Amino acid sequence: MSYILIVGAKSDIAKAVAREYANSGYNIYLAGRKIDTLDAFAKDLTIRYQIEAKLVELDILNFKSHQEIYNSLDKKPVGVITAVGYLGNQELAQKDFNEAKRIIDTNYTGVVSLLNIVANDFEERKEGFIVGISSVAGDRGRKSNYIYGSAKAALTTYLSGLRNRLSSVNVKVLTVKPGFVDTQMTKDLDLPKKLTATPKEVAKDIFNAQQKGKDILYTKWFWRYIMLIIKTIPEWKFKNMSI
Amino acid sequence: MSKISAWGNYPVIEANLIKYWDSNSLNFEDNKEYIAYGNGRSYGDSALGENIVKVREKDLFLDFDQKSGLLHVQAGVLLSEILEHFVPRGWFLKVTPGTKLITIGGAIASDIHGKNHHIEGCFSECVEEFTILLDSGKIEVCTKESNPDLWRATCGGMGLTGVILDAKIYLKKIKSKYIDQTTIKTANLKETFEAFEEYKDMPYSVAWIDCLAKGDSIGRCLLMVGDFLEDGDLSYNLKKQKSIPFNFPTFALNNLSVKAFNWLYYGKVKERISKQKVDIDTFFYPLDAIGHWNRIYGKNGFTQYQFILPKEQSLKGLEEILYEISASGKGSFLAVLKLYGKANDNWLSFPMEGYSLALDFKIEPGLFELLDKLDEIVLKYGGRIYLTKDVRVSKENFEKGYPNIEKFREYRKEMGFDKRFQSLQSKRVKI
Ligand SMILES: Cc1cc2nc3c(=O)[nH]c(=O)nc-3n(C[C@H](O)[C@H](O)[C@H](O)COP(=O)(O)OP(=O)(O)OC[C@H]3O[C@@H](n4cnc5c(N)ncnc54)[C@H](O)[C@@H]3O)c2cc1C
Ligand SMILES: NC(=O)c1ccc[n+]([C@@H]2O[C@H](COP(=O)([O-])OP(=O)(O)OC[C@H]3O[C@@H](n4cnc5c(N)ncnc54)[C@H](OP(=O)(O)O)[C@@H]3O)[C@@H](O)[C@H]2O)c1
Repeated sequence: MSYILIVGAKSDIAKAVAREYANSGYNIYLAGRKIDTLDAFAKDLTIRYQIEAKLVELDILNFKSHQEIYNSLDKKPVGVITAVGYLGNQELAQKDFNEAKRIIDTNYTGVVSLLNIVANDFEERKEGFIVGISSVAGDRGRKSNYIYGSAKAALTTYLSGLRNRLSSVNVKVLTVKPGFVDTQMTKDLDLPKKLTATPKEVAKDIFNAQQKGKDILYTKWFWRYIMLIIKTIPEWKFKNMSI
Repeated sequence: MSKISAWGNYPVIEANLIKYWDSNSLNFEDNKEYIAYGNGRSYGDSALGENIVKVREKDLFLDFDQKSGLLHVQAGVLLSEILEHFVPRGWFLKVTPGTKLITIGGAIASDIHGKNHHIEGCFSECVEEFTILLDSGKIEVCTKESNPDLWRATCGGMGLTGVILDAKIYLKKIKSKYIDQTTIKTANLKETFEAFEEYKDMPYSVAWIDCLAKGDSIGRCLLMVGDFLEDGDLSYNLKKQKSIPFNFPTFALNNLSVKAFNWLYYGKVKERISKQKVDIDTFFYPLDAIGHWNRIYGKNGFTQYQFILPKEQSLKGLEEILYEISASGKGSFLAVLKLYGKANDNWLSFPMEGYSLALDFKIEPGLFELLDKLDEIVLKYGGRIYLTKDVRVSKENFEKGYPNIEKFREYRKEMGFDKRFQSLQSKRVKI
């Protein structure tokens, strides 16, 4: 059966996504940095789902390495899902450009570097799908995390352009915009329980949306409406708000 | 700090939840007490404490040996996950409780039992070894032979010896997902006991007792016994769960369960003895079909009272207790009765050769007084209370039922576990 490449595979969301795809019989490449730590997780996939799972060492910030890593995959994936992300520290990022750059490069530049390569391959093969995990934080800039948010906004726009470019060759691109998800990334934040999804819920949503060939997924679903309201607040008003 | 409770929704406490941790760098702070929490399917306060180590997220399948059926999993894996992946390959759990939504860690810590206790014993009987975190950085791989004390204290030890990290358990081969079930309808307790005896060679058995019955019909039941078919159908599809979305007003409950029993007893099961072909989920886990069914007891929560009596005393003791319950007007209208085989030598395991009864009570004024009274009867007949269901038993009533309690206490002291691992329950019953 075909392979799916999951980038940023150590993320809780990515792991849940890997299980969804494995459950449907796909083989899995798990890519990320210090990926050895996923040894046991890969074995888990093979025992549970009787599929193949392989580890791929990949640092999204090491742009130069991406082509070679992609070339080295024996069997080219039929789908690529990227979950890499870095929330970073907004205050620090305002003072120290290194932090700002890391946020931007992890969430945006690095993903562009990799997905460019994938897109070229899929375009040539006239098959495949791409899933990019962006964020509702990219829908509107807020003082609490606008460096992260703007990088995600750029990613969202990139994915939209990619979808436009690849639609003629039948390569589907799904933009995922999670709201709050209970993961390592948010473990220190006090998230409102009712609005917070588990990685498993998000993963199921992603799998279903991708299989149906959807373009944009808000998860959980009500974030589409929450963001609709937030986006319609006029800027003159929004600028004085704290949300 | 987060709100947390177990299955009974009583008590609900504020605790520090530790969710992201690595066994190699989980640093226990001095003078702080910890307790492991699996999937919270215990009913009371045994998994609750100041600092709660969440184990559910440790859910990796580590290894599986096709030949022997030995499965190595992390302690947070649910039994339901094992079934999902292994029933289609012809494997089933050797021992399983009445819900599949418990973790392997919880199964060991409560040394749980199933409908086949009289044949297969407790869960620990299918465990080859487990790995346990005894203190920061102190991890031990334990088999029954390598460290018998740690084994006997941990299996049934309610999380009070450390945090179980992973375990190797034997699965059993099956050839079908179906069970050939026989249902026997009895008219009173004596008939119920006779039916259990008559069918004691059947691997699985359990009875639903009608607690509303009065006078001559006290103890009437539907006894269900069965074994796996061999028809080769192993397709195991997860059914869509129905869920109770919010806490019920409590009056709804009694009407519901009375109706359910009467429907079965007078309507569905017409003959004294009847046969059914049922699947794994229907036979072993009927309650799992409804998610959050605990909400039907309302927001004040509920508890389950489960005790066991030695065989020779069971008839007399049960009669007395059923009478007491019926007179009190409290309690669920259905209770689960089971026959048990021989006890094992784990210090705090619940089962002994005899009969156990379990029934639910919603938390309300006067309940604990009633349960204290029932304790007296249980102890008078040489029985004991199941800790994993308990939320209220007194130290005195608890320890009378467990002859090895002093060994357990001493061992904990000697190992320094008493300073590190404590639950609300362990403090109450001082173990
Ligand atoms: C509908 C229903 C039916 C049931 N039927 C049965 C039955 O037929 N037979 C039976 O025996 N029980 C039965 N039970 C009880 C249940 O099997 C036990 O309470 C079991 O221990 C729950 O497991 P859990 O993973 O939810 O653990 P929790 O409820 O979270 O914890 C239970 C105990 O195990 C300890 N523990 C949990 N994980 C670990 C770990 N990793 N390391 C160390 N300690 C740990 C906790 O500290 C606590 O003392 C039933 C419960 C329900 C809700
Ligand atoms: N959690 C939420 O509430 C939420 C909401 C909206 C969107 N999202 C998005 O969802 C995605 C998954 O996040 P998550 O919540 O699961 O959090 P996470 O566990 O922090 O996931 C982020 C992943 O990105 C990886 N990563 C970071 N820098 C990398 C690099 N240089 N090279 C390779 N991998 C790198 C991380 O790996 P390391 O372990 O090596 O750092 C980690 O596995 C992210 O894109 C995030 O922005 C999350």
